[in-house]
Amino acid sequence: MTCEVGFTLLTRNFGNEDAKKIETYEKLGGYQPLRKALRMKPEEIVAEVKASNLRGRGGAGFPTGLKWSFLPRDATEVYLVANADESEPGTCKDRELMYWDPHQFIEGFVISAYATGAAGHNYIYIRGEMMREYAVMQQAIAEAYARGYLGKNILGTTFECHITMHRGAGAYICGEETALLNSLEGLRGQPRLKPPFPAVKGLFGKPTIVNNVETLCNVKYIVDQGGSWFADLGVGRSGGTRIVCVSGHVQKPGVYELPMNITFRQLIDDICGGVWPTGASVKAVIPGGSSMPPLDESELDVPCEFDSLMTDERIKPCEFGAGKVFDMGGGRVLRSMAGSGGIVVMNDRTDLVAACSRIMDFYKHESCGQCTPCREGTGWLAKVCKRVAIGDGLPGDIELLGSIAHGIAGNSICALGEAAAWPMMGFLTKFRADFVRKVADAQQKVADAEARVAGKQGAA
Amino acid sequence: MSLDFSADAKQKIEALCERYPSRQPVVMAALHLGLKEFGALTDDVLRLIAHTLDLPYPHVYGVATFYVMYKREPSGTNTLRVCTNISCMLRGGYEVLEAFERKLGIKRGQSTEDFHLVEEECIAACANAPAIVCGTKYFLDVKPGDVDDIVATLRANPHPESEVV
Repeated sequence: MTCEVGFTLLTRNFGNEDAKKIETYEKLGGYQPLRKALRMKPEEIVAEVKASNLRGRGGAGFPTGLKWSFLPRDATEVYLVANADESEPGTCKDRELMYWDPHQFIEGFVISAYATGAAGHNYIYIRGEMMREYAVMQQAIAEAYARGYLGKNILGTTFECHITMHRGAGAYICGEETALLNSLEGLRGQPRLKPPFPAVKGLFGKPTIVNNVETLCNVKYIVDQGGSWFADLGVGRSGGTRIVCVSGHVQKPGVYELPMNITFRQLIDDICGGVWPTGASVKAVIPGGSSMPPLDESELDVPCEFDSLMTDERIKPCEFGAGKVFDMGGGRVLRSMAGSGGIVVMNDRTDLVAACSRIMDFYKHESCGQCTPCREGTGWLAKVCKRVAIGDGLPGDIELLGSIAHGIAGNSICALGEAAAWPMMGFLTKFRADFVRKVADAQQKVADAEARVAGKQGAA
Repeated sequence: MSLDFSADAKQKIEALCERYPSRQPVVMAALHLGLKEFGALTDDVLRLIAHTLDLPYPHVYGVATFYVMYKREPSGTNTLRVCTNISCMLRGGYEVLEAFERKLGIKRGQSTEDFHLVEEECIAACANAPAIVCGTKYFLDVKPGDVDDIVATLRANPHPESEVV
């Protein structure tokens, strides 16, 4: 049965400054699941992770056990890399997970390394700006080495696992797993063409698993309590709890660990104390980081769960022009996605065109410049969206925005192109009237100016 | 070559090289160390890193110019990264950034002696927007009226980014 509000796994130690010390962590039962894991066969752990319905918490929601099973069976050298480059706007959970409970992360990491056969050197790629969390992680890693949870012969076994923290230096694109691998190799952080996928050819050309921080933390509990127990906490094909980061116009923004089946309306009203300021109502909600198409007020009864956001028919399919439904391939429509858990609430007083413009500016800034559809497309979207936002929109701009977004989607090396194109289409589909009004006002301004000029000329 | 890393930095670089199959991946850490030791990643510093890691200079230059945290020019002691991305924008991030511009008498991207003001993209502190990060120090739920206090706090107790490498 799905867990209830109030049940927590990963966020239990949030707010407890003491819990980041290894002594406290051990007293709370920490590193016992690692002992258990090392008594299991790696393939038994992979089977439990598959049974758990754990899905990647970085954004794509891909089944973790399935990802692990893509490693070649005869692989002799495998790397595990944790993606701690959290930077999707609206997302603030991995930073908190590392700050409050670094050993939970390390324990999940070592268990996962053992399960995937990633013996030897492994890496945590941490965002450059997270200097406080880097210091906390370095301290925790040193403690784990001192206690024999990292290094050679872990807990008296033959298993060897080293973790090296690799700091980024300010590039959102390095959250994309192949850009991250390039950055780890000491290159510019530009994504690689896939295939080959990292599980086949990744870091230093070797089979590599890249998992998000929250994903790896969960593995500890799957080993401890079993895959089916974990699956039962969730709903459908999504096991476990869901950490959401709620920001924007709510009374109590925060990082909350909740049941998978909680709806956006319950989340806003019951957990976050309603819309901010008092008296305002919801206009739009970004459901999973700024790269996901927003929801409107009529779509808030959908749960924050991976499959629901993709398939629930209460969510309108995105269009790239009036009545032109976007085809993701094979006739699949784009509704929205649960992404990284970054939920941004916008009230009825929000200038949504300005909000959309800020999001487009971000993707323009972060495009790595490698491929044309993304480099030129994100810049073009940002330019046109900004002129509409500031009241200089031209006739045809709305159609132009839809057509640029359509031109990017599916045509870039990595998903950063979609990360700009999808929300653009989402805003245009659900809040088209806001864009239409902005352009109409701009055209009225032009018409008024022309009339004044004509009047002056007439007078002269 | 006139520039050289301190003994401590050299030791850090060599220790890191042991943790990767080649020296090339250490370029990221070496650039962070270069910033710490020399204050800016000038061409000479990039050459020193290339020499230290047996890499071609253009490779180091290419990496250094891809990532925005690798400053190529000297800047103020405290780097104030003021987030204005969507969550912070909705709660007044731009008003905070403008308050800093007025207080410090500079525009975003510019420096005084003790401050470098940056309009930052999402710093993963969205639930406490508007948010600022300065080295290992966060300022959360910031209001434009807090700017005087923040500047005074950091002047008394600076948090340069190089405190963590």
